[in-house]
Amino acid sequence: MPAKTGRVVLALLRKELLVELRTLESVPGMSLFAVSTLVVFHFALARATVEGDLAAGVLWVTLLFAAMLGLNRLFVADAEQGGFDGFLLAAVDRSALLAAKALALLAYLLVLELVALPAFALLLLGPPLGPALPGLLAVLALADVGLALIGTLIAALAVRTRARDLLGPLLALPLLVPIVIGAARASSPLLSAGHAGAPAGRWLLLLALYDLVFGLIAYAVFDFLLED
Amino acid sequence: MNGRTLRTLSIATVAAMGVSLSLVFFYAPIELEEGLLQKIFYLHVPLAIVSLGGFVLGGIMAIAHLRTREARWDLRSYVTIHMSLIFGVAVLLTGSIWARGSWGHWWVWSEPTLVSFLIVMLLYATYQPLRFAIEDPERQARYASVFAIVAGAFVPLNFLAVRLATAYLHPRVLGGASGLPPSMELTFLVSLAATALLFATLCCYELTAKRTRMLLRARSRILGFQ
Repeated sequence: MPAKTGRVVLALLRKELLVELRTLESVPGMSLFAVSTLVVFHFALARATVEGDLAAGVLWVTLLFAAMLGLNRLFVADAEQGGFDGFLLAAVDRSALLAAKALALLAYLLVLELVALPAFALLLLGPPLGPALPGLLAVLALADVGLALIGTLIAALAVRTRARDLLGPLLALPLLVPIVIGAARASSPLLSAGHAGAPAGRWLLLLALYDLVFGLIAYAVFDFLLED
Repeated sequence: MNGRTLRTLSIATVAAMGVSLSLVFFYAPIELEEGLLQKIFYLHVPLAIVSLGGFVLGGIMAIAHLRTREARWDLRSYVTIHMSLIFGVAVLLTGSIWARGSWGHWWVWSEPTLVSFLIVMLLYATYQPLRFAIEDPERQARYASVFAIVAGAFVPLNFLAVRLATAYLHPRVLGGASGLPPSMELTFLVSLAATALLFATLCCYELTAKRTRMLLRARSRILGFQ
């Protein structure tokens, strides 16, 4: 009789976070990368401040590429140090690993945004962040769920290939285009001067729908990635 | 697949292509606004429909592979996606030519179908690199099937997202086949059937070639040639 999946997920998540806290392999790198990207944007665009469409684009490109770093490292320890084998020996539901890894990636993304969003407001954003924040948090939450789900699925798909560092982002970027569409379109009015308010419902709906569908797909196919 | 079936399929395809090309150039009327250029519609749109259908079909075959664990479903899925990729390149080329003739630019971001198609192609372009970066044949087939299912489901979702993001700036030639005059609609449907037949025939050839090569390799191993 398999153990209760909820408890397994919590145990796996605890292990993920503990490993990350002890090694600090992903989150500091992602955060630093995001701040560096903002600096690069400042010089590449030759602008002191951005707003509206441009601000949304800069923010989402930064977050997306920083997320790629986290995605690439997500399963590396499991593939190289026998984590997969250990997990497969345990009589537990395999979807627990998907859930735990997705939650761990979600936590990394939240920490990343705790750093990247203030840095963005400080370094590049023209209008004040305060009024946009409630709406932006809703967009971030929905987009993060999608990033975490698709990122976990793709990381598991790419990690046991020869060219995993290359394949992860190559596979993930096209799959994440709809999330970028939804997130950037929803946040661009929030980030323009004097237009803060609630984000447009249809973009939030698109993000939610995408999260839901990919959650189901990931749940359906993830077991097949863990068979040997 | 035996030679007789392949021959019948090939003859049917050549005949269908002949009929469809004759209809395109001698039967369908010349469109008033775009003139002769509009004929590319009978090539571009069927290619796009067949190619997208092939991607989704490859995903369905991948589901069959994961369910039955039979290698032949993986081979079918692989061949279908491979052929769809080739058709997809033709879609992007013909779409680009059409955009240049019609709107003066080789690429337009305001045409949601073409933009979605590019994103889908970018995703499927990683199918072979992913597949051949895995050495173990069984795992290769399994991972490729997972990719094919995820990507197959992505195709319609992506179209929805891009369509939402694009304002309708251009009058669409195909806003549903109902907007076409009957002669154009008939030509379009015949072209679609011919393109689908071409796709099926090419897939059958590739499948047969791959099976024959595998058989040959197995036989020569038995005979000790390698």
